[in-house]
Amino acid sequence: MKHAALMHERDDDVAVVIRDISPGTKILAVDMEGREVVTVSAAQEIPLGHKIAVRDIKKGEKIKKYGRSIGKATQDIEQGAHVHVQNIKSERWG
Amino acid sequence: MKDLSLTGYRRENGRVGVRNYVVVIPVDDISNAAAEGVSYLIRDVMALPHPYGRLQFGEDLELTFDTLIGHGRNPNVAAAVVIGIEPKWTNRIVEGIAETGKPVAGFSIERQGDLKTIEAASRKAMEFVQWASERPREVISLGDLWVSAKCGESDTTLGLASNPAVGRLLERLIAEGATAIFGESSEVTGGEDRIADQAASPQVREDFLKAFQAYQDFIISTGADLLGSQPTEGNIRGGLSTIEEKAMGNIQKMGRNKVASVLKPAQEPKGPGLHFMDSSSAAAEMVTLCAAGGSVLHFFTTGQGNIIGHPIIPVMKITANPLTVKTMTEHVDVDLSAMLPLEMTLDEGADQIMDCLVHTINGRLSAAEALRHNEFVLTKLYRSA
Repeated sequence: MKHAALMHERDDDVAVVIRDISPGTKILAVDMEGREVVTVSAAQEIPLGHKIAVRDIKKGEKIKKYGRSIGKATQDIEQGAHVHVQNIKSERWG
Repeated sequence: MKDLSLTGYRRENGRVGVRNYVVVIPVDDISNAAAEGVSYLIRDVMALPHPYGRLQFGEDLELTFDTLIGHGRNPNVAAAVVIGIEPKWTNRIVEGIAETGKPVAGFSIERQGDLKTIEAASRKAMEFVQWASERPREVISLGDLWVSAKCGESDTTLGLASNPAVGRLLERLIAEGATAIFGESSEVTGGEDRIADQAASPQVREDFLKAFQAYQDFIISTGADLLGSQPTEGNIRGGLSTIEEKAMGNIQKMGRNKVASVLKPAQEPKGPGLHFMDSSSAAAEMVTLCAAGGSVLHFFTTGQGNIIGHPIIPVMKITANPLTVKTMTEHVDVDLSAMLPLEMTLDEGADQIMDCLVHTINGRLSAAEALRHNEFVLTKLYRSA
């Protein structure tokens, strides 16, 4: 299966989808060297460039991308869910 | 590396340009009409109209002077005509440009009126443009270049592909002795520690953190919610959720280069290497500050499709977003969309930018130049008197 999502670091909580994804699609996420990390099923539509959760994330947990926190989960996020402004908040501004 | 056969214009002070403009710089908003009058009369003379220059004071006034003088000094400019309402500030701009040794002349409108001023300035501009049209392109090297980089309408594809590719290219250029500017003081929030860690010395680290904190304090003092402004609505549409995420993508442009110094807005770097300029992240403001600081060519990575250009420096548009490549073809100079399916490596991405860079240096118009994107936008620090 060809990858549909990229991960900056293998232990990140999210992957970036590289095409528009429909609900139910199986998504192979690979690292930047093209090595398989995980396969997840998309829970919702996820547009090109948006993030998908590669594991369950609890409300209040830091969400990791680039191997570091990019903000906190504002609600529980299930594996395969669209991760964006509706469920992640900056710890710096806004 | 293959023989690149680069050509450019070596100016009186040794700096190298990749374009050969004669410009008319208005000192203030009310001199725009005369400056544009000259550009209508004389072929290949470009006016740089702008909305400021009256009743500014302190640091804000100094930045306007530095920006206008910096554009006259820029090596993409062969010669400059300066027009202001009165002679004193006009002469200040003229003297700042004259330090480079290039031809420059100033005209003021009071006690003349627009029409007489336009006539006198046009005669001088005609002389300059005829002289400039005979300046030859000479062989130059990558190390002669001063360049700059910033991104706009960013999305997640920048952190994955286009910004690391620019970072890799800047590593190569700086290894050849080139000078590069990056910045965007607010937009590195969440990645500022990485920039500090790449500082060339403890002093540079301290200078950077000070400039960074001053911007944070300013933003906090406004009491505003930055969501929707930073990240922008375009960023959010492209999948960026927080400033931290945007910053981590942004700073990939540094590559593994050390940060050689921290520059004030519009300040010229004092040596080769990568320099951080304290600056806004608004595209046209930042590119204008880079041009004032002496950059002759700008690498502009975009995700959702920022279309900015600049009157005197070519702005090369680089994107890895396949939707933007498809829907905004005429704005894209370098297509790195093959990096997302991992069909193009990071080094191959840098090669693609390098190939476009060589053509652009040698005179091929960038998309933004061909589309007449001439955004010249002064940074205003605070209200005028």
